[in-house]
Amino acid sequence: MGQPTRRRSPIEWRRAVRAWFLQHAQACVFSVGQLVRNPIGSLLTIAVIGISLALPAGFYLLLVNAQRVTSGWGGSAQITLFLKLELDDFQAQAVADRLRDHPQIDAVSYVSRAQGLAEYREMSGFGDALDTLEENPLPAVILVQPNLEALSGGQGDRLLAALRAIPEVDTAQFDRQWVQRLFAIMEILKRAAVIMAILLALAVLLIIGNTIRLAIFNRRAEIEINLLFGATHAFVRRPFLYSGFIHGAAGALLAWLLINGSIRLLSGPVFRLSELYSSRFALAGLDFGAAGYLIGIGGLLGLAGSWIAVQRHLRDSGLV
Amino acid sequence: MIRFADVHMRYPGGNEALRRIDLHIEQGAMAFVTGRSGAGKSTLLRLIALIERHSRGQIIVNGQNLERVTGRRIALFRRNIGFTFQEHRLLGDRTVFDNVALPLVVAGYRYQEIRKRVQAALDRVGLLPKQKSLPMALSGGEQQRVGIARAVVHRPAVLLADEPTGNLDPILSWETMMLFERFNQVGVTVLIASHSLEMIRRLKKPIITLRDGRIVTGTETDDGPADETPLAD
Repeated sequence: MGQPTRRRSPIEWRRAVRAWFLQHAQACVFSVGQLVRNPIGSLLTIAVIGISLALPAGFYLLLVNAQRVTSGWGGSAQITLFLKLELDDFQAQAVADRLRDHPQIDAVSYVSRAQGLAEYREMSGFGDALDTLEENPLPAVILVQPNLEALSGGQGDRLLAALRAIPEVDTAQFDRQWVQRLFAIMEILKRAAVIMAILLALAVLLIIGNTIRLAIFNRRAEIEINLLFGATHAFVRRPFLYSGFIHGAAGALLAWLLINGSIRLLSGPVFRLSELYSSRFALAGLDFGAAGYLIGIGGLLGLAGSWIAVQRHLRDSGLV
Repeated sequence: MIRFADVHMRYPGGNEALRRIDLHIEQGAMAFVTGRSGAGKSTLLRLIALIERHSRGQIIVNGQNLERVTGRRIALFRRNIGFTFQEHRLLGDRTVFDNVALPLVVAGYRYQEIRKRVQAALDRVGLLPKQKSLPMALSGGEQQRVGIARAVVHRPAVLLADEPTGNLDPILSWETMMLFERFNQVGVTVLIASHSLEMIRRLKKPIITLRDGRIVTGTETDDGPADETPLAD
């Protein structure tokens, strides 16, 4: 009877593999059964997890949308080149044409000295004062629209230096402060989102850990009997791990629904606002790929939380 | 086969539950452990099932030195042992069938095999008609028999029973003992902790008497047919 170390024959291996699948199926069905039998407790846990996951995910979505907005506002981040006064119109035009081919520049628009004066006269209301001047004081201007990679990659400064180095250019100005402030704010928000995500992930871990701890407590007698009749730790752990995974994934699903519901509520007013800015911006929701990530993360957090709870219990049970 | 050699058991609190225990129960034998409450009967059984660990000496069960049975091997070792408890410890939210099936489910048997064996075990204890009942609906004696069916359903080599008749009247107690004897007759090594000395004397099996954690005598009964005499220290 006592043959502790014995090689397994192929048939025994097949039996072992089949038993493994069978036990997983049993554990999964059992966990779902527990959930169905105690729907209120499970739903409460899932709701808390859903809200905890919806907060960082919603924040992330806010950032994504903010980035889309700022990319729509990219026009504000343009560089103004003031050309030297002694250049004539043809020379200035030639500079503008050269810049059009620059890889980091999306668009170039040229404002001649005469155009500049006309615009200024119209816009400023100082037309009469200008008439008293003998000469047009305004230089020709080239408005350069860098592409987004050039701006966000921190390469804006390099581009500005390169433009300044062009001999025909007198000065080059970046609408720097604006862009820098915007990106600094975005950077803070990104960092805040990461911190929030970590804290709330921890919260989810604790919530699930606690839920599983209670479940373990309620089924302590059963666990002990299982262990006494030769259950492995894996066998005892399994239904709780499934339960944790299901709670986490279901919570993430709820988070997804919460976020997309909120987006739907917000999208009307946002669209109206963007129309006022003559933009056609619409809020983006979480697509299926992102939802998949969210549910995966929720499931993994659930798995981790229940793992910790079960390990602790098994160690404390004294039957090991 | 169960062999104890100079076994001591000291609980973390410091009180010594067992001292210098030497005993030998051969494979296929049936023996009793008796003594007053707190003499160490339960502890002795719990050491064999690895519910507790002895602090000194050597215990060999089914050819395995228990000191070397650690980690994952504990579970496999326990699958060769059946245990019944005085307080039954049946799971109240599961039917009689599911309770008895537990050791087989744990070991990963297929359902067809589980059903066959559970029904056979329930039939042996005379409770097949009650397989769909919940334990609460059964009498104390029936619950005890469900516990016994659960302890033998996986055909263990060793059957340990902790006060199996503690809550039963004399007739039921005797019937329960007869049940254990029948299992013993088909080759299971049976070790029963009991304080109903009068009854176990009538069964003419070796009796190990404990007092304050020590073995007092070997067989102080009028020697039965048992050829396996526990060694007194």
